[in-house]
Amino acid sequence: MIEIKNIEKSFGDTQVLKGISTIFETGKTNLIIGQSGSGKTVLLKSLLGIHTPDKGTISFDGRIYSELNTNEKRTLRTEIGMVFQGSALFDSMTVEENVGFPLTMFSNKTKDEIKERVDFVLKRVNLIDANSKKPSEISGGMQKRVAIARAIVNNPKYLFCDEPNSGLDPKTAIVIDNLIKEITEEYNITTVINTHDMNSVMEIGQKIIFLKEGILAWEGTKKDIFKTDNEAIVDFVYSSNLFKKIRKAQNKEDK
Amino acid sequence: MLKILTHLGKYFLMLKEVFNKPLKWSAMKVLIFKEIDDLIIGSLGIVGFISFFVGGVVSIQTALNLTNPLIPKDLIGFATRQSVILEFAPTFISVIMAGKVGSFITSSIGTMRVTEQIDALEVMGVNSLNYLVFPKIIAMLFYPFLIGLSMFLGILGGWMAGVYGGFSNSEDFIRGIQTNFIPFHITYAFIKTLVFAFLLATIPSYHGFYMKGGALEVGKASTVSFVWTSVAIILFNYILTQLLLSK
Repeated sequence: MIEIKNIEKSFGDTQVLKGISTIFETGKTNLIIGQSGSGKTVLLKSLLGIHTPDKGTISFDGRIYSELNTNEKRTLRTEIGMVFQGSALFDSMTVEENVGFPLTMFSNKTKDEIKERVDFVLKRVNLIDANSKKPSEISGGMQKRVAIARAIVNNPKYLFCDEPNSGLDPKTAIVIDNLIKEITEEYNITTVINTHDMNSVMEIGQKIIFLKEGILAWEGTKKDIFKTDNEAIVDFVYSSNLFKKIRKAQNKEDK
Repeated sequence: MLKILTHLGKYFLMLKEVFNKPLKWSAMKVLIFKEIDDLIIGSLGIVGFISFFVGGVVSIQTALNLTNPLIPKDLIGFATRQSVILEFAPTFISVIMAGKVGSFITSSIGTMRVTEQIDALEVMGVNSLNYLVFPKIIAMLFYPFLIGLSMFLGILGGWMAGVYGGFSNSEDFIRGIQTNFIPFHITYAFIKTLVFAFLLATIPSYHGFYMKGGALEVGKASTVSFVWTSVAIILFNYILTQLLLSK
């Protein structure tokens, strides 16, 4: 479980996060949604320790990040897996080396043990026969799978994904979404996903927080979205014609 | 001025991080060998080519300027040796390397920054500065080998141009190479080389690591890195020459 309390973050005179508090639950896919510039990425980077919040605390299963010493922070980081928007695979390494990298750096496993684990996770993300390929030689969808495999290879307790579907076709996007959800439930991981893709929200959103101009404007489940009267989230979700139609149909059914 | 001081401060803070204990020596060893291959072995061809022909040009130009019959012909070998060992090999080659190796370092680290690969390292708990820059510094410890080769090929080029171009004969040229030889000049050249090697590894790394923006900025950072590395090399060349050679 990740608990954030009253997080504030400014860059110069611009306050990006304005006192956000919430809980991301274990074994669930927690989604951060909002328009571009709403503070989603800054919140995610604050959770990852890339940005240091000006105010507030972030605790990982009771461990308050800002109160940890360097070694404790390093240990915590080994418990984190991250899937970046552009996959962030190391260009100079093969798929196998990319996935095995966290194990090479942080475990005392032998080469054979690393290979065995890498093969296992690559199989888990349905990626076979790509071990010796470089990231530039595989498709965007495959790169995302490799990034997910790298993120889970070290059995993380926390999985963060920044726009995991960006640049993917709708079919592949659903496959990636479902893969993340399955892995979250299978390994009981606290997963936090940053997205503005409403298909993802409806597909895998077990807990959703909505940011608007740096404020937590709404939180709930995907079912709650159709029932809420919160203007901010209604305005965001139903900016898509498709969702307007779904809401109309839903309302008719309720009547 | 304040901006320059800010960059200097940030550069020294970067060095502090770079010299932290590596996470795993076995992984570091692999990186060091890769960097030796990229930075040193990969530069052998261009350094050899430039050294050989510039050595030849120095020899020809010296010969063409010796119009006074009272000046001995062995001066061609002497001048070639002095030019190549004291300045051409350590300094001129280093400025060329600021373009070749420096741009490579800035653009490769800059691209890693733009594509979030550095963020990925940090999130995993890897000290990215140590992981990326330390192997480059160690690899550049082999840079004096490259400069030694440049000295040899420069003088060889001078000898070939002088002898086969009909400007001197082999005996005169070789006598010139041996005339008034001061071994400390070699020490001086290699001290300079080691300092330049450090600058060549760290200044481009700094510009790549702290760059902001996209692909266009990677190109700009490479250019800025080349300019500042060259400036630093020229500046340190002056300071070291003043310190080591003046009496």
